Amino acid sequence: MSSPAGGPAETRWTARATELCGAALSGDRRSLAKLLTAVENRTPVAEAALRRLYPLSGRAHLVGITGPPGAGKSTLVAALVGELRSAGRTVAVVAVDPSSPITGGAILGDRVRMQAYAGDRDVFIRSMAARGHAGGLASTTGAACSVLDAVGFEIVMIETVGTGQSEVEVAAAADTTVVLEAPEMGDEVQAIKAGLLEVADLVVVNKGDRPGAQRTASQLRAMLAGRRGQPGPAVLITTAATGAGVPELLAAIDARRAQGALDDDGATRLARAEAEVRGALADRIGRSLEDAAMAVASEAAVRAVAAHEVDPYTAADELLAGLIGSGRKDSK
Amino acid sequence: MTDRPIKVLIAKPGLDGHDRGAKVLARGLRDEGFEVVYTGLRQTPEMVATAALQEDVDIVGLSILSGAHMTLVPRICQLLKAEGLSDVLVTAGGIIPDDDVPALKAAGVSAVFGPGTTIAEVATYFRANARPRE
Ligand SMILES: Nc1nc2c(ncn2[C@@H]2O[C@H](COP(=O)(O)OP(=O)(O)O)[C@@H](O)[C@H]2O)c(=O)[nH]1
Repeated sequence: MSSPAGGPAETRWTARATELCGAALSGDRRSLAKLLTAVENRTPVAEAALRRLYPLSGRAHLVGITGPPGAGKSTLVAALVGELRSAGRTVAVVAVDPSSPITGGAILGDRVRMQAYAGDRDVFIRSMAARGHAGGLASTTGAACSVLDAVGFEIVMIETVGTGQSEVEVAAAADTTVVLEAPEMGDEVQAIKAGLLEVADLVVVNKGDRPGAQRTASQLRAMLAGRRGQPGPAVLITTAATGAGVPELLAAIDARRAQGALDDDGATRLARAEAEVRGALADRIGRSLEDAAMAVASEAAVRAVAAHEVDPYTAADELLAGLIGSGRKDSK
Repeated sequence: MTDRPIKVLIAKPGLDGHDRGAKVLARGLRDEGFEVVYTGLRQTPEMVATAALQEDVDIVGLSILSGAHMTLVPRICQLLKAEGLSDVLVTAGGIIPDDDVPALKAAGVSAVFGPGTTIAEVATYFRANARPRE
């Protein structure tokens, strides 16, 4: 990890990244899968690969699909994939499931309905465990989407179970956030309202074949109606099980492009870029503090603060000055 | 970084309609710290190979009760090799007569787990034999 820049290890990682990126960009799915693993495991290969791939990404429409368990997310994702494929469009799905906080293990199950696409190279489905990240997504989900985007998938869907917090994370990672609900949730509709207002670009009442779907949709429309001059999110009804309403949903998703959801200078993408830069910065500072020279200084600083000889702010200022100094040295 | 979870595909190829055992295994392995992709019932060999490729799993665990293991398992091993996945560990479990084990091993299966095998034993075997992480 702490090999000097340009050392033999770094050369090896860069070579492996170049090899995997080259192959993945020319359509090799195994190399794509390996890149995604590197990204999930946050290896040095992943960083080298992302440096190469990031400039090629930004074209795909990132669509988040979230909602409570059992609302029909994976059925709807499968129906959307079917709709996209019959139009000859390419699609990747990243399905994120929670990791057990105790064992770190996870069950990743959302391939079950995707089996029709086993031989189809233009569909790529990948499950990710959230790995201790609290919000619903994994900390590496965004980077995984960038890789799928860079290799040319037109639509990248991010599917995750809604928990309240995860809707916010999905909205931050996606250009378009689709929040799914099932009909007849009674009082719960009221409870989810606030979160929905914040994050949903499109609200879908699935299981349109069930009684109560129309009523739930009108309730949601009334609740989500625009405020302060802003239009509320559209509320659509689908029956994922039969495909009814799915073409209309896809049309609404596609319309987001014309509405500016994918614009580089739009609020969503700027916020995402900011989060990415800050994340990388925090990561780098964290890692630099573990480097041999800094580890000594940082331990000394921690001891001094514990002994109340130095306050935490002064200690942080000094460490930061030290980091900037060593950064300058490295870049020569 | 060295202790990141091992990723396992638990697949149920073939036509039998029971996946209780496979689900118990999937949950048990999750509790042992594995990341388990569970693909559901009635997988064709092609589906298993595609899932193993896209998910970049370290291990493919096949659960077969239908008696069709002598056709399904070698076919899956062959497809995995064709996809360049020869470093993926393949195991089989379910109802497999002892007489069939040598042929399955020759086809590329590294271990066959009999009905009495505990999840802890499977987990230990997986940890000891999964391919080295990149
Ligand atoms: N009646 C009806 N059932 C549906 C529909 N969509 C999904 N389901 C069923 O609802 C259950 C949960 O669906 P699933 O896609 O697994 O939900 P998820 O947990 O949100 O991914 C399954 O039994 C589906 O077959 C629908 O449009 N109508």
